[in-house]
Amino acid sequence: MRATVLVRPKAGILDPQGEAVESSLRQLGFPVGEARVGRVIDLDVRAATAEEARGEIERMCERLLANPLIESYEIEVAE
Amino acid sequence: MSEVAPRIAVVVFPGSNDDRDAAWALTALGAESRLVWHAEDELPEVDAVVLPGGFSYGDYLRCGAIARFSPAMKAVTAFANEGGLVLGICNGFQILCEAGLLPGLLRPNASLEFVCADVHIRVERADTPFSSRCEVGQELVIPVKHGEGCYHAPDDLDDDQIVFRYAEGANPNGSERDIAGVISANGNVLGLMPHPEHAVDPLLGSGDGALVLASLVDAARERLYTRA
Repeated sequence: MRATVLVRPKAGILDPQGEAVESSLRQLGFPVGEARVGRVIDLDVRAATAEEARGEIERMCERLLANPLIESYEIEVAE
Repeated sequence: MSEVAPRIAVVVFPGSNDDRDAAWALTALGAESRLVWHAEDELPEVDAVVLPGGFSYGDYLRCGAIARFSPAMKAVTAFANEGGLVLGICNGFQILCEAGLLPGLLRPNASLEFVCADVHIRVERADTPFSSRCEVGQELVIPVKHGEGCYHAPDDLDDDQIVFRYAEGANPNGSERDIAGVISANGNVLGLMPHPEHAVDPLLGSGDGALVLASLVDAARERLYTRA
């Protein structure tokens, strides 16, 4: 089962990468507001149901893929 | 005075690069150092453990995030939970944070630039196993070299847990509250971004790091006598 995990810096957490991207985009003439940089993890998960896969990936996020102190995550499971 | 040498393990992860400097410095300061490969699931009989600097597992995902699951880290965690002395330097500090042995974590430097420089740090506590040879308020010159050293402190971090702070105006990475080194609540685990092992001889710019490592060697020696 294919799944995608989006990991983002939590709101209010300083994101120097996002700030650098934002200022570069402005220098190129794009009138952007705030930019934040996270990461995408595509996964192939063995699970019988989407719900089971989601539960498994949540455990992966809590243990390894995200650090809950500073990052939030979203899970998308392709049916 | 001839004293028995305490044994200190230095864990070597794939990508560690300060392991030998740490082992050399500890030996020069009177310890017997042992390099322990990350795949070992047991520690030899030692009186303290050092997690060295470097880029364990390529720093993939987040610094220290993968190293914390290595077999050696299970043994280090058990050692720390029994009250064993653990010092994490730079990447070792990052690993200890990811492992939950220290509060908070290290993020990319606020400048987004890798910083490599001698920095001034102030000793906030001299009553720990890692700073007993220092004095409160003393300034040490110790080099840093990291891209991810911006310490993010949990809101409830006690001031008593801050052992080293960057001196005023010397914060090289945007760390909150100028924190350069923190200690666990029960006082046996310390992490710091500056590299004391690179400052043990004035010939190399500064000998101040020897105060930190010699404090650890002293404390490890006390443990040795307790153990014996």
